[in-house]
Amino acid sequence: MHNNLKKQFPIFVLPTLAAFLIAFAIPFFMGIYLSLTEFTTITDASFVGVQNYMKAFSDNSFLSALWFTVRFTVVSVITVNIIAFTLAMILTKGLRGTNFFRTVFFMPNLIGGIVLGYIWQIIINGILQYAGVTITFDPKYGFLGLVVLTNWQLIGYMMIIYIAGIQNIPGDLIDASRVDGAGFFDTLKNVIIPMVMPSVTICLFLTLTNSFKLFDANLALTDGAPAGKTTMLALDIYKTFYGRIGYQGVGQAKAVVFFLIAALISLVQLGITRRKEVDV
Amino acid sequence: MKKLSSIFLCVVMMLSFFGCGKDNTDSSTNSTSQNTNQSTETEIYFLNFKPEVSSVYEEIAAKYKEETGVTVKVVTAASDTYEQTLTSEVAKKDAPTIFQINGPIGYRKWANYCLDLSDTNLYSFLSDKSLAITQGNGVYGIPYVVEAYGIIYNDDIMDRYFELDDRQKKVNSVDEITNFENLRTVVEDMTKHKNTLEIDGVFASTSFSSGNSWRWNTHLANVPLYYEFKEAEGFDDPTLAGLGADEITFKYAENFKNIFDLYVNNSGTEKGLLGSKSIGDSMSEFALGKVAMVQNGTWAYKEIAGVEGNKVEEDDIGFLPIYTGVKGEEKQGLCIGTENYLAVNSKVSKGKQQASIDFLEWLFSSREGKKYVTEKLEFISPFNTFEDDELPEDPLSKETIRWMNRDGITSVPWIFTSFPSEVFKEELSSALLEYVQGQTDWTSVRKRTVDSWKNEK
Repeated sequence: MHNNLKKQFPIFVLPTLAAFLIAFAIPFFMGIYLSLTEFTTITDASFVGVQNYMKAFSDNSFLSALWFTVRFTVVSVITVNIIAFTLAMILTKGLRGTNFFRTVFFMPNLIGGIVLGYIWQIIINGILQYAGVTITFDPKYGFLGLVVLTNWQLIGYMMIIYIAGIQNIPGDLIDASRVDGAGFFDTLKNVIIPMVMPSVTICLFLTLTNSFKLFDANLALTDGAPAGKTTMLALDIYKTFYGRIGYQGVGQAKAVVFFLIAALISLVQLGITRRKEVDV
Repeated sequence: MKKLSSIFLCVVMMLSFFGCGKDNTDSSTNSTSQNTNQSTETEIYFLNFKPEVSSVYEEIAAKYKEETGVTVKVVTAASDTYEQTLTSEVAKKDAPTIFQINGPIGYRKWANYCLDLSDTNLYSFLSDKSLAITQGNGVYGIPYVVEAYGIIYNDDIMDRYFELDDRQKKVNSVDEITNFENLRTVVEDMTKHKNTLEIDGVFASTSFSSGNSWRWNTHLANVPLYYEFKEAEGFDDPTLAGLGADEITFKYAENFKNIFDLYVNNSGTEKGLLGSKSIGDSMSEFALGKVAMVQNGTWAYKEIAGVEGNKVEEDDIGFLPIYTGVKGEEKQGLCIGTENYLAVNSKVSKGKQQASIDFLEWLFSSREGKKYVTEKLEFISPFNTFEDDELPEDPLSKETIRWMNRDGITSVPWIFTSFPSEVFKEELSSALLEYVQGQTDWTSVRKRTVDSWKNEK
């Protein structure tokens, strides 16, 4: 039996491996190579070395996009997780209509970012109209709009993960803490949160990467306006790639830097939160 | 219950497998038939730039297939995404055989992909050979349409205005609007009478939502920069001067401000809301008779006519040049030129290249083809294969021809094909938007334009 499985192993792995190679590994390494070249289309490229990276870092738009992205990520990671966790706590109390509300909160996650972007643009412009302005009037409107949009989109998903985590806490642990005279906040701090740390890890990871890599909603909601002040990194890369002649390589170089930053942040975050997870 | 649902899931899974399997066999039979069929060697792939006429190209393709048996595949890039679409399509195995470049700057990017067309009939058809994009002895881009833009006005509203008793008496008809001063006099007086005229404003919204600001950062900016480049020494024509300019002074920035202020101050839309307006919004304001004027070009007629509840009669649509207060502008005409150049992909097989050239020659010289060009595509064509009476019938094209033939009037060429990059245009439109919203002053708009030209060169 065991031997048999070993023989069949390639058959089972092959489809996934092929998909992984085609959709991830090959484009990834090609991308790194292209970031060192000057090219119009990906099939003809001439090697230019690190010149693209130098151009990328001397470009103000890249650094300002990086700063905007960092601020946005910090704010949305905090708000998404706090609100999602709160909702999860409420919806595990066995209230009436719990299932209905879980579905309702989860649904926005099923709508694509471009559609969400345009819907929120209409909503926000509709409100700002009373002040005689639009979302592109001031970068802070765009910033808040993006935060609201991301919250709306991600909260439901994170909530489901937190609910799963909370439901996995053995009831006797909570009962025991009650018997010991712990109040709600003591239970929360000393029992519930440590027990859902695996969920926290995954939720932080997901919100962090999702916010950092946000592109579609950014494109649809503000498209970087006004004056590129609400451009996030992914959008800046896109605009570099298509907006200037001969800058495709620079856009690619930015993308590689973007990958490194995203990977670094995620690894650090995973390391920190993993350490806080407890075994029962 | 559980059993039932698992059976159901199995069926769904099987069906989806079937679906995939079927697709696969389909495409494989397709590709084998393609390999055996001679005509795929000459299959033409035309990547169309103009979404407003995509259905016409489909018709043309069907007709061509019927006449010659050669398949023409037409793909249209969504508005404002041509570069993106072209970049990804060209990298494919089945690359476009005919594509479009937007002028000398576009040629720089696609130079490796443009076939030399100097020996083709298509090039020999051009009435004015200097319009083509050339380098050395090679010809790489051939314009296929002459377009014009200016201020489109609704003559019905203008007539009603000029019939008013209490209007200003300095300018007494549209024909007398021959410079900025007169235009301003009329426009500002019309704004005072907007309630009597039952309009929201004189000008349609100065649209600034993303992808909708090219009427200002490209077309309007063309006028002041044309005058600047015209004065540059050592160049044959202003476009070349623009291409050669490493820096600009934006000498006619005040003239730009003149007309731009006139647009936004006499519009039915609050300044703060312009950032959310699209060209579609502006054109429907015009088509519904809510405004009297809008800056746009010959291609806009289809849009005006296509608006539901359109209240503008065909005969009431007229064209005025964009006056900005430059000295001697009484002799200035519409902005006439093109940013539509056809190029044939030099990296596809010889057979496909020849087939593509044949197709284009058929389209612009055969009786059938020309009929499509004038009647359906409504292009004013730059080719000498078209007789004088083979001209499009829509009001804006007719107005364009009228302006082109007027004595003593010089058209403004489209020098914006020399603007250094999209980033330059975006910077200009953000500066303009901030200026409209009162967040920055005109000095800074001017400075940012000059700086960004320098940076992008």
